[in-house]
Amino acid sequence: MEQSWRKAKSVFALVLGPPLFWLVLFFLIPLAIVWVYSFGTNIGLTQIAFTGTFSNYVRAIEPLYVGIFIKSVGVAALTTGLCIVLGFPVALAITFAPDKLKAWLILLIMLPFWTNLLIRTYALIAVLRDEGYVNMTLNWLWTHAGGLMSFAGLKPLGDFVPLQLLHNNFAVVFGLVYVHLPFMVLPLYSALDRLDRSLLEASLDLGAGHARTMLQIVAPLALPGIASGILITFIPALGAYLTPDLLGGPDSQMIANIIERQFKRANDWPFGAALSFLLMYMTFIAIALQSVLAKRSAGPKA
Amino acid sequence: MTKRPKQAAPGPLEYLRRWPLQAWLVMVTVFLYAPLLTLMAFSFNDSKRNIVWKGFTLKYYEKVLQNESLLTAFGNSLTIAAICTLVSVILGAMTALLLWRFRFGGKTVLDGAMALPIVVPEICMGVAMLVFFAKVMPWPGGLPWPLNLGAIIISHISFSFPFVAVVVRARMASFNRELEEAAKDLGAGEWMTIRDVIIPHMQPSLVAGALLAFTLSLDDFVITFFTSGPDTVTFPVKVYSMVRFSVTPEVNAASTILIVLTVILTALALRFQGTDAVAGGHAPDPKA
Repeated sequence: MEQSWRKAKSVFALVLGPPLFWLVLFFLIPLAIVWVYSFGTNIGLTQIAFTGTFSNYVRAIEPLYVGIFIKSVGVAALTTGLCIVLGFPVALAITFAPDKLKAWLILLIMLPFWTNLLIRTYALIAVLRDEGYVNMTLNWLWTHAGGLMSFAGLKPLGDFVPLQLLHNNFAVVFGLVYVHLPFMVLPLYSALDRLDRSLLEASLDLGAGHARTMLQIVAPLALPGIASGILITFIPALGAYLTPDLLGGPDSQMIANIIERQFKRANDWPFGAALSFLLMYMTFIAIALQSVLAKRSAGPKA
Repeated sequence: MTKRPKQAAPGPLEYLRRWPLQAWLVMVTVFLYAPLLTLMAFSFNDSKRNIVWKGFTLKYYEKVLQNESLLTAFGNSLTIAAICTLVSVILGAMTALLLWRFRFGGKTVLDGAMALPIVVPEICMGVAMLVFFAKVMPWPGGLPWPLNLGAIIISHISFSFPFVAVVVRARMASFNRELEEAAKDLGAGEWMTIRDVIIPHMQPSLVAGALLAFTLSLDDFVITFFTSGPDTVTFPVKVYSMVRFSVTPEVNAASTILIVLTVILTALALRFQGTDAVAGGHAPDPKA
């Protein structure tokens, strides 16, 4: 029902002009410059020569950087997996909740999402650090258990050594799951909400248990929603900067941290540009995979 | 969770009434909220080391309110978010109208390009903006406030308006074209139809889009980190530099203020929109 642009040229020009201008000047051109830079060489402190070299990309396949790429994908995949495990039952609960409660449950999941990312990350630091709430609780338990044991005539426990919860890979994954869980719950919920409930009832009536119904009926039917949930969680997790920067240790660098370092500290813009484009290509590949999957699962029905 | 112990056993699909799922829900809620709630609670704690509860105090709020640079950063953030929201809603509505209403060559390409700012990783966009404002269009220094925030505002608009466009376009899908035809039959021209028929239908999504743009802008750290200078610090960038040093009750107090602000904004969104504004407007699913 769209109309041809020729029928209303002035309106068309007005609604096309400003967004197109903005997108090209303030988004596509900056990206294009980075792309050109990725084929350049540093000469001097601020000068970059456009030599058309592939050396930046060649450098990116050194084991050090390949390792970081693999690790970033692994961390993002683990985060996504944990988000599915944590989020699926939540989405299920929301789907089958009474209407009024449903709205409140969605709000419950979304409210932290509306809260500033930096504040949420900071809140995790306060929880996980050596003097954080987790270690404080453990310390309290430890001391009391120690007292109890000496009371019972056993050898008292040694001094409490705080668990190293912050500045390591555990903290990074924990933080990423914490930040991205709402991303996963919403698409899962919207996929589950569209399901034909009689199929579930039929499966349960015919004697399949809840677990089997979930795995063999719900999961395949909700696959497009699960796939888009995976995508929405995986992409930001792959490019995460703040979480590994604040919660990670020296060995928890992800791609984004390496890119930032090239631009801000190492001052090697061409290499940083090449790395950012590699990250972008990986993102596009993930999106392409998802849309292929979505098409395939939509195919038989059509 | 409401307890209804003396009722019939839950029906086959009443998953919410089964205890394992309730326990799971409680666990996830604790996971999501406990860090934020303790952060807020400890902003009232009368102890510098921020570990043990020593008594109630408001002194960290006083400190925040006396912290010039933090307040400036906060003002900057709100100003940037306000301008970004205004421009993003206009550009986003135009984009939605363009893609919803018109058939033209290169539409698929434009549609894809408009989704790019949504899917491109923040860090890539951040460095692109850094390079752009360093090499191509250096933002003049020493401009009077708020013009000095221009570079940040521009980059925020670039990633916000495509989100607004998605929200508005989703709304337009429910538009009844007969209304438009009726307007034209009754003699309304193209402009009048847009003004009196299409924009009123868009209106709820414009509010939802505005709230989304405001939050996205207020929330952004990475892209701002790459475009801000020493004189143009936003709240997240300021908090970042504070957090790098240590966990202090002052940061807790500042964070609490922002969390409360977020809750108020969400409540407003609910007031005007129902839950759709919170959930529907915030499902960043470009494919949907």
